[in-house]
Amino acid sequence: MTDRTSQRRRRIDGFALFWGAPSFLWQGVFFLAPLIVLVAMSFWVVRNFRLTPDFVFGNWERMLTRDYFWAGYGYTFQLALLVALLASLIAFPVAHYLAFRARPGIRRLAIFLLITPFFTSYLVRIYSWKIILSTEGVLNVMFGWLGLGPFGMIDNAFGAVVGYLTLCLPLVIIIQVFALSAVGRALIGAAHNLGAPPLRTTLTVTIPAARIGLILAATFAFILSFGDYVSPTYLGGGTPPTMSILVVDQTKSGNHWPRASVVAVTMVLTLVTVLFAALFAAYGRPGKKT
Amino acid sequence: MSGARGGLQAVWTVAVFVFILTPIASLVVFSFNADRFPSLPWGGFSLVWYEAILEDQTVRDAMWRSLRVSASVSVLATFIGFAAAYTDYRYNFTGKMPYLALAALPPTVPVLILGLGMLSFFSMIDLVGTLRAVIAGHVVICAPFAMALIRMRLADMSPDLEPAAWNLGASRWRTMATVTLPWCLPSIFAALAITAAVSFDEFMIAWFVSGLEETLPVRILALLQGQVSPRINAIGSLVFFVSGLLVVIAQLLTWRRGAT
Repeated sequence: MTDRTSQRRRRIDGFALFWGAPSFLWQGVFFLAPLIVLVAMSFWVVRNFRLTPDFVFGNWERMLTRDYFWAGYGYTFQLALLVALLASLIAFPVAHYLAFRARPGIRRLAIFLLITPFFTSYLVRIYSWKIILSTEGVLNVMFGWLGLGPFGMIDNAFGAVVGYLTLCLPLVIIIQVFALSAVGRALIGAAHNLGAPPLRTTLTVTIPAARIGLILAATFAFILSFGDYVSPTYLGGGTPPTMSILVVDQTKSGNHWPRASVVAVTMVLTLVTVLFAALFAAYGRPGKKT
Repeated sequence: MSGARGGLQAVWTVAVFVFILTPIASLVVFSFNADRFPSLPWGGFSLVWYEAILEDQTVRDAMWRSLRVSASVSVLATFIGFAAAYTDYRYNFTGKMPYLALAALPPTVPVLILGLGMLSFFSMIDLVGTLRAVIAGHVVICAPFAMALIRMRLADMSPDLEPAAWNLGASRWRTMATVTLPWCLPSIFAALAITAAVSFDEFMIAWFVSGLEETLPVRILALLQGQVSPRINAIGSLVFFVSGLLVVIAQLLTWRRGAT
């Protein structure tokens, strides 16, 4: 064992270090250190408008005993949960169609169209929704032609959900398509041959077989919406404030970074818990291992 | 399979794609509308909003900053991504799991939280309010994308190829330059394009750490807090074209490999 270790150590030389070190150094300094500072800062104090290192629980006490904090937490959590469910339900027929029925050319084009928005300005797309959904916007003008409306579609939860779905749907569909494509056609064919009608096959064979991917997709939708600032602010109207809005308000206007970091750390803890719960649901269900 | 159900499913699929593409289409269409409020009825074709933003010094400055940032980020992030992907491909070592986790995880942390963390840490080391701060932050979230793209390409390279070159007497640096790098080239170009696109669009980290050095998306964020104006449609369309073009280039580069 020691022999092998020393041998290995001799092989870690300039060449290996040159390729191995950059990622470690960069992410250590610019990713890990900021996160550590973020956690530490939640215990610091602000004295005479200056941030002073300390170890007090005042910020935690102050935030966790405020009603608006818990109202915001509940609202954010519910919205993110709703979006995870909605996005999964809306995406499933699409992913099912792309995975099993569409021709390969169509499927490739669809995936292409889904990847493109993922990397193109989300901010700009939300702005675009804002004018489409506003009182004088395109949709309400059209409703007006039918003698309906105008409907208030922004500055409320509906607007926020439209924004969240814009953010999540492409990714959820992509993950679901991959999850469903991995389900063997033979399995589904077998269910058909045994006389199961299509809907029953989908519910009892396809969905359980693709469970891991489906749960993962919903989890990503939850994580993305839970941390998003733009949709609840510009489409949701900012009231009640979500966790992300609390962070920005405490940082930008309140200028109280330690309190902002309390909210941020609470968000991280929540997301990690949700992620582990989801992984457990996906992989760890006892007695159901495949 | 029942035809009616398949038909209904196709209609649903099209509807969902319309939902996904509507904001982009509407954005571009109304950037050419002459009216002051981007809505129906159509006010006539016009380029006034594009002229207005091109004359706006704050927008031009922000555009220039964004281009500089995304160029630097794409080179740095692609280098770091390549280095990490190659390390994963070539070496086994104790602590490889945490090493890879550190290299891959940044995009899973909400940018809002990263932004706040970077703001506080960067203010300690006097980096806040500079474009270097924005670059440092963007490389963090971009490098993992580059790593993933390049690692996929390396997965298709036989692990015996490099040892063969070594046995023939090439040094490891020479092997890297004449065997490994050329093999990875399509994915390197794809990574350059994708990371440039991600950086060009990123506003949260930039908003937190850039101070007065506004990048273009941060400028848009500031404009969003004011009144609705077709000028934002025009800037948004420009931003969309730049990042869309980069993503399409990246996809074509990765696809050509899949086709051959």
